[in-house]
Amino acid sequence: MGKRSSWALPYAIFLVLFVAVPLLLIVLYSFQDASGHFTFANMAKFFTDRDALSTFALSIEVAIENTALCILIGYPVAYILADKSLNRSAVTVVLFILPMWVNALMRTLATAELFTMAGIPLGKGTLLFGMCYDYLPFMIYPIYTTLAKMDRSYADAAADLGASPFTVFRKVTLPLSMPGIASGVLMVFMPTVSTFAISEFLTNNKIKLFGTIIQENINNSMWNYGAALSLIMLIIIGLTSFLGKKEDVEAAGGAV
Amino acid sequence: MVKKVFARIYIALILVILYAPIVFIAVFSFTEAKSLGNWTGFSLSLYKSLFTGGMQNSSALISAVNNTLLIALIASLIATILGTVAAIGIFNLKGRKKQAIQLLNNIPMINPDIITGVSLFLLFVFLHISQGYLTVILAHVTFCTPYVVLSVLPKLTQMNPNIYEAALDLGATPGQAFRKVLVPVLSPGMISGFILSFTMSLDDFAVTFFTRGTIGLDTLSTFIYADARKGGLTPELKPLMTIIFIIILVVLLALNLKKSKHSDEK
Amino acid sequence: MTEHIIDIKHLSKSFSGKKVLEDINLYVRRGEFVTLLGPSGCGKTTMLRMIAGFLDPDEGEITLEGAPLVGVPPHKRPLNTVFQRYALFPHLDVYDNIAFGLKLAKVPSEEIDKRVRKVLKLVSMSDYEDRDVDTLSGGQQQRIAIARAIVNRPKVLLLDEPLAALDLKMRKDMQIELKEMHRKLGITFIYVTHDQEEALTLSDTVVVMNEGRIQQIGTPMDIYNEPVNAFVADFIGESNILKGRMMRDRRVAFIKHEFDCVDEGFGEDVPVDVVVRPEDIYFTTDPAKCQFKAKVNSCTFKGVHYEMFVDTDTGYELMIQDYDPYPVGSEVMLYIDPDDIQVMKKERRANVYEGEVTGDGKVEFLGAEFECNTEGFASGDKVRVTIRFEKVDLLDHEDEAVTTGHVEFILYMGNHYHLTIRTKSGEKIWVDTNDIWDKNDFVGINILPEDIRLEKLEEDGQKV
Repeated sequence: MGKRSSWALPYAIFLVLFVAVPLLLIVLYSFQDASGHFTFANMAKFFTDRDALSTFALSIEVAIENTALCILIGYPVAYILADKSLNRSAVTVVLFILPMWVNALMRTLATAELFTMAGIPLGKGTLLFGMCYDYLPFMIYPIYTTLAKMDRSYADAAADLGASPFTVFRKVTLPLSMPGIASGVLMVFMPTVSTFAISEFLTNNKIKLFGTIIQENINNSMWNYGAALSLIMLIIIGLTSFLGKKEDVEAAGGAV
Repeated sequence: MVKKVFARIYIALILVILYAPIVFIAVFSFTEAKSLGNWTGFSLSLYKSLFTGGMQNSSALISAVNNTLLIALIASLIATILGTVAAIGIFNLKGRKKQAIQLLNNIPMINPDIITGVSLFLLFVFLHISQGYLTVILAHVTFCTPYVVLSVLPKLTQMNPNIYEAALDLGATPGQAFRKVLVPVLSPGMISGFILSFTMSLDDFAVTFFTRGTIGLDTLSTFIYADARKGGLTPELKPLMTIIFIIILVVLLALNLKKSKHSDEK
Repeated sequence: MTEHIIDIKHLSKSFSGKKVLEDINLYVRRGEFVTLLGPSGCGKTTMLRMIAGFLDPDEGEITLEGAPLVGVPPHKRPLNTVFQRYALFPHLDVYDNIAFGLKLAKVPSEEIDKRVRKVLKLVSMSDYEDRDVDTLSGGQQQRIAIARAIVNRPKVLLLDEPLAALDLKMRKDMQIELKEMHRKLGITFIYVTHDQEEALTLSDTVVVMNEGRIQQIGTPMDIYNEPVNAFVADFIGESNILKGRMMRDRRVAFIKHEFDCVDEGFGEDVPVDVVVRPEDIYFTTDPAKCQFKAKVNSCTFKGVHYEMFVDTDTGYELMIQDYDPYPVGSEVMLYIDPDDIQVMKKERRANVYEGEVTGDGKVEFLGAEFECNTEGFASGDKVRVTIRFEKVDLLDHEDEAVTTGHVEFILYMGNHYHLTIRTKSGEKIWVDTNDIWDKNDFVGINILPEDIRLEKLEEDGQKV
């Protein structure tokens, strides 16, 4: 049995080559100019570029708003789905995950199209709604799994000790479902802060998000500045996932 | 009772919103008009042209579908093998090495697609690897394998650690013990890892976008993106999406009905 | 006597620097039922796994019918194992589990059929061949695990705590069946357990192990009646273990009384340990027979007998088992037959370590620096450090303690506890105390300067 720990070696090499080294390359390119010399110019450019800074702020704002919206709408769904007295069918749960299997770009296009048809002008409102629509299942599912796994006897015990249904929810159910919320937040916040195609579609290119700027720079061969912007996003992600704990990431992986 | 009615209405409302765009696509796949939302009477002509390649763009669309499936299949096969072997290794590791590799394994899952895409793009540029099928497949393997590892690891934890030894004890060579005992016991995890990988790969846009290079390689996602940016969506996308959705709907519902029936019997 | 089937010589094994087996020597006779008995972590399972081939020894050899086993991979050893948690293959049904080994050995399918059916009958599990293993109860899974092993007709059957996961009733039934199976099959059984009763019930030979060493090898009767040391006496059955003094041959003093005994050859006026089983202390109403008096402290009904604790007139607490109860508080007269007093050589009389004087009034041993009187010693001197058991102070916290450790083993000696403490440096210190500690308790260790005795050692470690 002992020697089988060496089976991890191929994957360890793979991870170093395709995960660690590429991330280091982002750092490396961030601090280089086009001819490969060390420079702070890329970073300086970002922090002095008012457009880039405001896009960055807007991206964070949209991501936070979208995540909050997803929790607000998604938590009750997860709660109802997990409550045996309200929902007994596994199929209902499947209905909520199913849209995830349809190409996200196609769904987004259709949403945008629906807005246009309804005469709603594309802008921040449609962006938020469309993103929430895209990422809602990612919020519902982890919360649902935590709630479904939760031992009912905690809630029963709280009720037995005299807690009102609302108190039971606030003091027992909600705190115990925090891991699910945390992994939901990871799964929604991360993609929204970095999205580009979806925001382009939903606002007809009127609103640029951070992801779009990265994409434009990379596609126009401005690799170093693109890398610098990526590094800034990486730092945001690092901070977010540091706040959500490691176990939650694993829960998120098991949730899909 | 009131609570139940409220719950039902809420769930129904959210489901209607979730499915509206999909239904929208499906409905407008049965008319001839090119743009969404423009109903010009019932017609199957888009379906016909999707399968016969009647319209100018549809051969590109068909090749994008083929690419998507091929890449998803190859990448998830590689990811399943690599991830299973890795999971066995990680399971047998201890201490710091184990933590380090698990941390690295988590990174592609936490990283947004754009970071994975940009970082791999830089790697391929740095190593002067010309980008195309190979790089896209490698990139997909990168973000799929962690899910395989996470699907297989719990199976190893639940597994009785002695069963591999029991096989050796009963006269199986290490190879036989692996094939006849380990693989069958781990297969549920491997299968769910494969399915996860396959769907992740199918749905990927950003990573493919950055690693496909300039040889004109398109998957469904990049095809749609390019199409949408050009302004006019290829109309055959509508029937294609409708067909894909119906296939998934049928498969998933069938699987889940079977599962819930099975658990009812137990 | 019949020939040896397995010989183990000078077997040693360490895991990351910690010795788990040390110089094990053992033989097993053909057809014998041998049990390796000991507390968890004593090395018994490691030994079994080395015989099975899942582990390689660091040193020493194992031979099967004279042929060396070390280096032979497990699948080539004609031995089979019954694992603790059954280790049945979850993806195969009962039949395929049992046929697994035979199929690998390319036995013709008609013969596989015949042998599987036969062995299913032997374990009383006919008609279960198509069942999924996860639909079976624990006891049934255990039978299939045994069937899967013996169907291959191994030369030796290794059983690793096979009954540990079963409930008490089931365990008793399976014990009888195992014994019966052993008799019918004539296969050599090597059985690992921590359950002393199981070991005594099943085995022809019991090997008592502790801390990687064999403590005693013998028949169940030998082990029970004549334990060679306090560990064996304490581990097997209930016992009163007491400090004693051999006055001369056939005369021993303990609990501040003198008794006749049957032991000889210890010398005169020598400290010893004495073991008296609780069922061997008798009540009497005849003053002439009475050897000592005591007061009944507690009396509990245990099913067949009563278990009583008495305080002797000399201040010792003894456990007595008797068919008749005596009321709590009553004065009783007691005697012990000379045959029933088991005298054992004292394993140690004090804690002895090698240390080094590190400065004025400072000596280092047990991986820590203690204060003591170093008059006549120079810094750097190698010394032998002696501390009496009762002079070690244990604290329930780390503050002000010189070093720390965990309680590893507790022995009640009638009027005090004799504790084995594993210090943080991995060494042991023995402590006599009246305080009550629990196993695995964390303790702080202190020794008063005047209780540390030093003797100078030569460079080669010899006393001057």
